Amino acid sequence: MPKLSLSHFEAAVLFAFFTSIVMGVTTKRTDQDRVRYAAQCFAYFLVALFGLSWLMYLGHG
Amino acid sequence: MAEHETVSTAPLPPPGKWAPVVALAWLVPGGGHFLLKRSGRGLILLGCVVLMFLLGIMMRGAMFQPQTGDLLTTVIYWGGFIGDLCAGALYLISVWLGYNQPDIAGHVHDYGTKFLVAAGLLNLLAIVDAFEIATGRKE
Repeated sequence: MPKLSLSHFEAAVLFAFFTSIVMGVTTKRTDQDRVRYAAQCFAYFLVALFGLSWLMYLGHG
Repeated sequence: MAEHETVSTAPLPPPGKWAPVVALAWLVPGGGHFLLKRSGRGLILLGCVVLMFLLGIMMRGAMFQPQTGDLLTTVIYWGGFIGDLCAGALYLISVWLGYNQPDIAGHVHDYGTKFLVAAGLLNLLAIVDAFEIATGRKE
């Protein structure tokens, strides 16, 4: 199995992507709701990712 | 305004109706959905869980082994072990093939460990979804 080396950002985005899809598929009842919820979750993940990254950057001084 | 969904309180059908679905859903990610003729959703779940698990392996993440000690150690190691185990055949095959990555420092390995546990937890969501479909609580 090849070894993979990802940055923090790439790994976090991939995590957010797959998790959002599964959450959308398993929690909603119609396809439209599933797509919308998955997109919403992914957007929230990205907002949290950028927000926490900036928080840590600014907090580090 | 919060959305309200009606929760079915119908009695649980006999285990013969849902136990095979749950067992297959655990063993093969998305398998329960395939058995219930929800192939499209099954395929998406299979793809996401398998890719998440393979990424974890390719990042050389560590598998948790159950450990006891102080409360935090017990919760982390038992929780991680159960999360890994939820990936079903993916976990069993990788252990059977001798995958035994030590827990070493580095953000890539650390993400790999989390990806392996997350793959199992995503499969747990798929198992619960298959159970709800099999018991008629969901379409």
